[in-house]
Amino acid sequence: MVTAASGSFELDDVSVTYGNETAVAGVTMSIEPASVTALIGPSGCGKSTLLRCLNRMNDELGNVKVGGRILFDGVDIYDRSVDPVELRVRVGQVFQKPNPFPMSIFDNVAYGPRTHGVRRKAELDALVEESLKRAALWEEVKNSLKKHAFELSGGQQQRLCIARALATSPEVLLMDEPASALDPISTQQIEDTIAELKSSVTIVIVTHNMQQAARISDRTAFMLRESMDFPAQLVEVGDTRVMFTNPADKRTEAYITGRFG
Amino acid sequence: MNHASARVRRARTVEMLARAVTGAAAFGVLGVVAFILGYILYRGAGSIDWEFLTAPPRMFMTQGGIWPAIYGTLLLTFWTAVFAIPVGIMAGIYLAEYAPKGAFTRVIRLAIANMAGVPSIVYGLFGLALFVLTVGFGRSVIAGALTLACLTLPVIITATEEALLQVPQDLRQASLALGATRLRTVLRIVIPAAAPGIVTGSILGLSRAAGETAPILVTAVAFYSPVPRTVFDETMALPYHLYIMATQAVKPAPDVVWGTALVLVAGVSIINVVAAAWRTRQRRRIRW
Repeated sequence: MVTAASGSFELDDVSVTYGNETAVAGVTMSIEPASVTALIGPSGCGKSTLLRCLNRMNDELGNVKVGGRILFDGVDIYDRSVDPVELRVRVGQVFQKPNPFPMSIFDNVAYGPRTHGVRRKAELDALVEESLKRAALWEEVKNSLKKHAFELSGGQQQRLCIARALATSPEVLLMDEPASALDPISTQQIEDTIAELKSSVTIVIVTHNMQQAARISDRTAFMLRESMDFPAQLVEVGDTRVMFTNPADKRTEAYITGRFG
Repeated sequence: MNHASARVRRARTVEMLARAVTGAAAFGVLGVVAFILGYILYRGAGSIDWEFLTAPPRMFMTQGGIWPAIYGTLLLTFWTAVFAIPVGIMAGIYLAEYAPKGAFTRVIRLAIANMAGVPSIVYGLFGLALFVLTVGFGRSVIAGALTLACLTLPVIITATEEALLQVPQDLRQASLALGATRLRTVLRIVIPAAAPGIVTGSILGLSRAAGETAPILVTAVAFYSPVPRTVFDETMALPYHLYIMATQAVKPAPDVVWGTALVLVAGVSIINVVAAAWRTRQRRRIRW
């Protein structure tokens, strides 16, 4: 059992500004450890933008300002003393499109640990095996670890990317529509993997697919940008079952019943 | 119906014409290249033998071989590579991976584009003023190689930058998200993926430098000299040797001129073909 405080976020009045356009504003919510939090909402509502704040990947885009406060296990991650490189070891990310490195399956998973100084072969072997098992890919690839990652199917590649992110033992895994480029069977496998992982890792997942959010998440946050003249906002956040059966806000109800989006 | 089919027929004729005209242009180019290479081979092949490739010239270049010129060109190209490749690749990395999008970066890019457009004789004069006279290297392999390096730099920088920009942004993101620094991302992910383009671009730049006459004319070469002992000696070089034999009062047997041309063209072509083949092989291995 993971301690309750490890891998939690507190967002307080968070806003994101690109150049002079504010894309997201006023987001206040908490992300609880060892659970799955889904960010849902129509395209362009700032879900991915908000997600990228949590591991400071927005920093890499340049000209992006994050306002408000984001506490990760009580520490302000935008404080000057926080190194984004260290933060990203604890907060991993899986991207929308599978993006394995052009190298072997083994080297893909070992990339993170090697980056952080693990050199011993036995230790790397153990980490790679454990990570692939957690991502439910081990049985399919255990005899072909030296094969090029591009030989895997799309779904396998995405699970490889999950294994790669797990290999640095992050406390949080951010997933940006991880199944949107995959077929239904691969999607099912990714969802099963998420269900397995959530006891040990906090998962924040952006998804377009409301059924998926309902199936896999414990809590759901609904975001909406009602007009291009205003930034996107958090409409409602809460227990997934409650939100999908008895939403507090009319806009949430309209969205989840499919009236727009 | 009739009206429409007439239009369709006309469109088809125009389409065929377009194919014929563009095809003729492409085959025309192929013909010109084939003719040049064929003619050089036809005129030069006869004079190629072991002595021609390994002996120094005799009797005012009318007999003997061209070894000092071959060696000089190899040496010049080698030192050009030493000076141009590290700087060129590093500058390309800066532009593709680090440079902020702004006026300063645009000025750098513009400067590099201009550098590529400067006539090669101007590089020669620049090399003469800077490396030969001011720095005081005199006419030497090192002055010539530094001059050729200036000429080659924009080619290598541009090839490196383009090869790096072709690497999908996804891969950089994945590496950064794993807590890798930008430098590690560039060294371990981006450069290996871009290596075929960088290497091929560098080689093509060097093969162009190997065939240049003007930049070395006033910085490195001599009409006749023994094989240089150090990089501070002057040297013979294939393109200049060719130029001298084709234009000066000394009239060697034409076969010797064509033989020299054949050696130069063959050397440069082999390098280009090997570079292109290697790139194709690497591209097949790395795909996205």
